[in-house]
Amino acid sequence: MRRAIAAVVRKDVLVELRTGEAVPAMLLFSISTFVLFHFALDRRSVDGDLAAGVLWVTLLFAAVLGIVRLFVAEREQGGFDGFLLAPVDRTALFVAKATVLFAFLAALELVAVPAFAILLLGPSPWDAVPELVLVLALADVGIAVVGTLVGALGIQTRTREVIVPILALPLMIPLAIGAARATSPLFLEAGAAAVPGRWLLVLGLYDLVFGLLAFAVFDFLLED
Amino acid sequence: MATATDGPAVALRDLGRAYGERVALAGVTLELPRGATLAVFGANGAGKTTLLRVLATLLRPHAGTAAVLGATLPREAWAVRGRIGLLGHEPLLYRDLSVRENLRFHARLHGVGEGRAAALLDAVGMARRADEPVRALSRGMAQRVAICRALLHEPELLLLDEPLANLDPGAAGAVAPLIGRESGAARVLISHDVELGLAEADVVLGLRGGRAEIVAPAGSVAVADVRELYR
Amino acid sequence: MFARGLKTLSIASVVLIVGAFALVFFYAPNDADQGFIQKIFYLHVPLAIVALCGFVAGGVFGIQFLRTGDRAHDLRSYVAIHLSLILAVAALVTGSIWARAAWGHWWVWDEPTLVSFLIVFLLYACYQPLRFAIEDSGRQARAAAVFSIVAGAFVPLNFLAVRLAQSFSHPRVLSATGGTMPGEMRLTFLVSLLAMAVLFVTLWKYELTSKQASMQLRALKRRLAEDDEPWLPAGRSAAPQQL
Repeated sequence: MRRAIAAVVRKDVLVELRTGEAVPAMLLFSISTFVLFHFALDRRSVDGDLAAGVLWVTLLFAAVLGIVRLFVAEREQGGFDGFLLAPVDRTALFVAKATVLFAFLAALELVAVPAFAILLLGPSPWDAVPELVLVLALADVGIAVVGTLVGALGIQTRTREVIVPILALPLMIPLAIGAARATSPLFLEAGAAAVPGRWLLVLGLYDLVFGLLAFAVFDFLLED
Repeated sequence: MATATDGPAVALRDLGRAYGERVALAGVTLELPRGATLAVFGANGAGKTTLLRVLATLLRPHAGTAAVLGATLPREAWAVRGRIGLLGHEPLLYRDLSVRENLRFHARLHGVGEGRAAALLDAVGMARRADEPVRALSRGMAQRVAICRALLHEPELLLLDEPLANLDPGAAGAVAPLIGRESGAARVLISHDVELGLAEADVVLGLRGGRAEIVAPAGSVAVADVRELYR
Repeated sequence: MFARGLKTLSIASVVLIVGAFALVFFYAPNDADQGFIQKIFYLHVPLAIVALCGFVAGGVFGIQFLRTGDRAHDLRSYVAIHLSLILAVAALVTGSIWARAAWGHWWVWDEPTLVSFLIVFLLYACYQPLRFAIEDSGRQARAAAVFSIVAGAFVPLNFLAVRLAQSFSHPRVLSATGGTMPGEMRLTFLVSLLAMAVLFVTLWKYELTSKQASMQLRALKRRLAEDDEPWLPAGRSAAPQQL
């Protein structure tokens, strides 16, 4: 199974490197959104709660773009059949796709978060980088898991560009709550404060519950 | 559990399958011995592709029983997936990857080495174009690569949906030893070329509206009988 | 198949609803601060509780469908979720009316239950569009079942997260009393809750029976016409069409 997961991950990363259908779009979208926020909020800089909110709303919307693309190649180029014909556990596809989505999000954040710091963030985030990375990682796991589930649901529909966002966003609200509340102390004007452990716990719980659920249920989505 | 090497390649009894509310297959009963060829005829929409997909374990039977290479579907499908090769209408290749990368991917999925990929590409005459992206290939070339993909894991049962479509006579000749009788695998062949299909077959299945109108050894079936199916 | 006990349930619903109304109007005490309008609590909270149970039940039937493949479970799940969604909208509306009466605003972010409900509503509102967008009925049923399970698991997680988010900023505003309920209130509340639950089950069974009857009628018509092809209503549908 590990071999199959690795094969799918490598294949997707290779295709993305060649065609750039997901990550560049997510990135451009994020930066445009930051500019939009500048004008919409009429603020030169944001800090604290507001900064955390702007960052996470942007990241979540950008993630939705990535989720919509996640299974498109499989659907359009017969990849589902190719995978289903192989003597491999179906859950391997879930783990592989979630890993790919996580990788896309990490690549996105590598550029988008510094862009956010430059464009909109008031206080300097340097001291808070380790905690920020931790929160981002925990949240990304949750987005990856839920995103893969929603992507797999959406790919079967005729209106997937619409179904994916309306399904994913409510599901990700607890994650947004946890991530934003965990991030806001890091963006305080007076200097980064500690991240309240309770929100990391909320994120961890979310990841665990949805991870287990997705594991149990994904098989049924691929059946016919 | 029976993965006996002496049982029939395919054993169907009263197989049924529906798409939503529309019946695609009903009451199909037949047996195909190992190494033998089943030719499937029928007009468009008669259920040929559905049958192939059920045998490939991509669709579960909705009625009746189906056993492929000794394994009951769908319960034991996992046991035989690695021993079936499907060549459908879609080549199942990623257009942005090269031929070699595609075969490498499928080899890894099936847990087989890449050595065979090179030999197969050579045999179908695609070795020189191994590093070209699939999107640059003509349909005939993509079909040849798809044949390599289907054979990569040395399947005991070949499911072929019009394998020679899009192939020029030269290419058709090149692939014949791989997917023809000489391959030694049991084969289920869908073809619109009635004479060719009958010549290749040991058993003939004629479908109309999802039901088996003809199930007989190839020797006892005339070309005219098959043509009736298309009226 | 579904109609067993329907008459008893209908009678029980009527009795309980009338009883609940009587208790609400004549027995339960008037709230000192909020006045008469506080009695909407006897409508709002049962609506909310029954809707949530309905959503979870939808998830349970979803699990049953995936395990057994019996389409009857898919139909049960569909109807449960569809009815619960209607109840959820009613809960939101009554909650809003209550907020306006008690606090002067049509919406209060400080009431975690109301906020959680909004999120749950937003999620389950996707159920029918999702079903409608998948044409193959087998896939539709399976995708819907997966959704109902994920959404069902989401509900408690969501309530937890929202409660955590709000609890440190504002106290609850829409509580009926400070904490404990006096005897008359408790009795009225329990009867209202029971009435709502029985009403839900009755409506659920009615809809199941009605759908099954349509399916049987279609099958009969088809047999009479000696038509092999299945008769389907023109156009796609979000609801299961066949058992």
